[in-house]
Amino acid sequence: MSVERALEGTGAWLDDRLHGARGVRVLLRKIFPDHWSFLLGEIILYSFIILLLTGTFLTLWFQPSMSDVIYHGSYVPLRGVRMSEAYASTLHISFDVRGGLLIRQIHHWAADLFMAAIMAHMIRIFFTGAYRKPREINWLIGIVLFTLGMFEGLFGYSLPDDLLSGAGLRITEGILQSFPIVGTYLAFFLFGGPFPGHDIIPRMYILHVLVIPGVILALVTVHLFLMFHQKHTQMPGKGRTNENVVGAPMYPYFMAKTGAFFFFTFAALALAATFTQINPIWLYGPYNPVAMSAGSQPDFYMGALEGSLRMFPPWQWVFFGHTFAFNVFVPALLPLGIVFGGAAAWPFLEQWITGDRREHHLNDRPRNAPTRTALGIAMITFYGVLWAEGANDIIADHLDISLYLTTWIARIAWLVAPILAYIITKRICLGLQRKDAHLLEHGVETGIIRQLPGGEFIEETRPVDEEALAVLTSRNVPPPLPALVAAETEVPPPGMRGRLGKVRERLYNVVTESVPLPEPHGNGHGNGHAVEGNGHGQESLPAGSSTEPGGGEDQH
Amino acid sequence: MSDTNSPGQPGTGGPGDSSWPEYLTGAERHGASSSGPSGASAAEPEGRGGPRRVIGTPPPAAARTMLPPDGGAAGREAVRELPAGPEDPARAKRVEKLVAACFIIAGLAGLAFLVFYSTIGVGSLTRVLHSNLALGGSMALMFLLLGIGATLWVRHLMPAVELTEQRHPMASTQQERAAFKETFNEGAETSQFVKRPLIRRSLIAATVPLAVAPIFLLRDLGPLPGTSLDYTVWRKGLRLLVYGTNRPVTAAEFSTPGSIISVGPEGYLDDDDAMAKAAVTLIKFRPGEIVYGPPAKPGGATVRNTVVPNWTVDNIVAYSKICTHLGCPAALYEQTTHRILCPCHQSTFLATEGARVIFGPATRPLPQLPIGVDAQGYLIALSDFNQPVGPSFWERS
Repeated sequence: MSVERALEGTGAWLDDRLHGARGVRVLLRKIFPDHWSFLLGEIILYSFIILLLTGTFLTLWFQPSMSDVIYHGSYVPLRGVRMSEAYASTLHISFDVRGGLLIRQIHHWAADLFMAAIMAHMIRIFFTGAYRKPREINWLIGIVLFTLGMFEGLFGYSLPDDLLSGAGLRITEGILQSFPIVGTYLAFFLFGGPFPGHDIIPRMYILHVLVIPGVILALVTVHLFLMFHQKHTQMPGKGRTNENVVGAPMYPYFMAKTGAFFFFTFAALALAATFTQINPIWLYGPYNPVAMSAGSQPDFYMGALEGSLRMFPPWQWVFFGHTFAFNVFVPALLPLGIVFGGAAAWPFLEQWITGDRREHHLNDRPRNAPTRTALGIAMITFYGVLWAEGANDIIADHLDISLYLTTWIARIAWLVAPILAYIITKRICLGLQRKDAHLLEHGVETGIIRQLPGGEFIEETRPVDEEALAVLTSRNVPPPLPALVAAETEVPPPGMRGRLGKVRERLYNVVTESVPLPEPHGNGHGNGHAVEGNGHGQESLPAGSSTEPGGGEDQH
Repeated sequence: MSDTNSPGQPGTGGPGDSSWPEYLTGAERHGASSSGPSGASAAEPEGRGGPRRVIGTPPPAAARTMLPPDGGAAGREAVRELPAGPEDPARAKRVEKLVAACFIIAGLAGLAFLVFYSTIGVGSLTRVLHSNLALGGSMALMFLLLGIGATLWVRHLMPAVELTEQRHPMASTQQERAAFKETFNEGAETSQFVKRPLIRRSLIAATVPLAVAPIFLLRDLGPLPGTSLDYTVWRKGLRLLVYGTNRPVTAAEFSTPGSIISVGPEGYLDDDDAMAKAAVTLIKFRPGEIVYGPPAKPGGATVRNTVVPNWTVDNIVAYSKICTHLGCPAALYEQTTHRILCPCHQSTFLATEGARVIFGPATRPLPQLPIGVDAQGYLIALSDFNQPVGPSFWERS
């Protein structure tokens, strides 16, 4: 009853002014497809919200100042020690503000979760091909958000001005100095003079609490708006096509689920902050440029950069009285440049190679794009080697092997492991495709053995059910290469001429390599034969569009 | 495929039934029809399906409601798309109790949080520990139960439903694009921006100072580096003070072979800017361990992969502590192998041979500080380092 009154009272009041009834109604009924991996993006959003909430709490006490103070707070071991106000106020938050330590730890854990969820989300988007047209813009926004997150995290964990993060800043300064021509100027302008100076903490503070979060918030808004506007992609399944969205409406289903998920995210972070200590700055002590402890590690999302710096050989060029610190500049920029640049370029490169400029709303199964999946795994391997090398001292210590050996392993694995990963992944994908083809062709094994009149034993199979059929046959077949179409005319079409055309043709053959999809019959007698041919000219089989009988019975 | 989303799961009858599952069946029928031709949409009244429907999508009434296809629905008011209630009321009642229990306990946990906040307090390690456990535990419990309750609610009280919505191509139609182009050109024409290049060019020229203003405004972010990176505060006669105790050190005191201490220039130990370049490691060797190079000529270049003999005192050598890779303090020393290791990126320097690099990414040895003794026998610097310390930079020759 009260709901009725609210709708007629407040609702009418708002609608008189906003004309919202029509638009909001549509919004409430917006359909959201469901899949467990779609939750990854929500984790990012919720950890970001939690970061904003907890971060605001922390600013109420944190002093972004590098002025020297003598500590007199509750943490006895550091009493009387000279430290910066930033460090002292972080101790104050940890030991003299009720709930301060908890909120600080939630904030730090949330930052790590934010970055981890971004990685997982990007991996999901990449492997399912959800970045394809029309979603390239959102993919690029995502990469920018990842990069911003790295800087936001670096600046954030550097703010307490403890010994560990101070070393991170020192490394930042060294990297800036390595830039050709402008390096020393960059470093002096960022730090307000020689390292460490008195300006870096206040400057990072305003970047950390206002500028970068502001940009992230704006980009997240655009990201979500585009997701709404373009409608979410969906996984292949019965009744799901490239032209529809199948799922539950936003109100009440998605709202309730996502609300619950926000609570779960917060609960997980609160649990982590309650029972696992993170960034115990009181153990590191205040920053001073003379001390450093063994086993220093940055937060995990900076690990790849750290590893890259660790394993690079000592190469440096001196010419015309100038030093080019190749050994710093290149590992600081190149590997992550390859990962981010490659990720940003791939959707467009793939479009150029395959000539596939159609819209894609039905996600690929990773196995159905073997080259893409293999490239993705190769990239993850590449990143993973750098990341592991970033902790090589810990690895060497725990495995009781030589530190230098770990570095040498990384130096070789950096080049070899991605190639192996590519080859192995591609084989696995093609193998899985063959398995799918087999299922389609011969049906599902039932375990029933029958003896034929001739004495021969066979196993009975039954056709795959509709749901599985829709999934198995959901294969995006790229359009044929124009060269193949125009093969008879002898004149290569534009875009296929010259060297670049040759390159494209070869890449096309690599990228579109797939096991051809057989015609499904699965009549239980296993008499089918694999369809020969390269499958390139095959028609696309959108899931459920051509094979789905109307109103069929469920098979599970 | 998850069960909650499967349409038509319940084995209730066909479209004629009056309970909620018919809607699900309806949704499924729509799914099936979605691939079919999309005729008749133009004939549908606009209002019923909502403004989201676009031309080319199936008729909303047939698509998302249970109206029989024979048109018998004519005149009926909007039909529910979502089922009204759960299938099994008894089970729903049980779930309801469970959800309510979750929410009640969540509320109690929230109350407990407030109580713990008021009673435990902080100010000592023990209390901080207890406070963190109590506050965090109650907070986590509250959120966890809210999440569990909401999940039970949506999964077991809200009946499973699966609806289908049509997509339309992102691209606008040709007509829409043409109309946009026309409107845009009209505006451009009316504004005369294109027609009057004088206005256009002068406007663009006028914004140039604005565009480059940030470069000027940021100039005062810091002083220019100049040659400041080439020098440290070390100069002839400054005593080496032990970092931490601030006391000068004599060669006799520092006599245990293999030992290592951090020192800084007298008067600068609390100056982080100075120490960031001037920090020095003193290492004492056994006689004969050091590999000496040729004596340093005054002001001249030295061979950098051996120790300069007249810069040492009684087998004590002073190296810059600032790693030549990225400036971390090269703080680890392995006595038996005489290796100095930087913990940041593991550049390794051989202390007996002029701290030359034997592993890792650093390209240059740690610079050696020339040391001697003053009249009281304390160790002093003989001059500044003869080369810049720390990471490489462009202006370094």
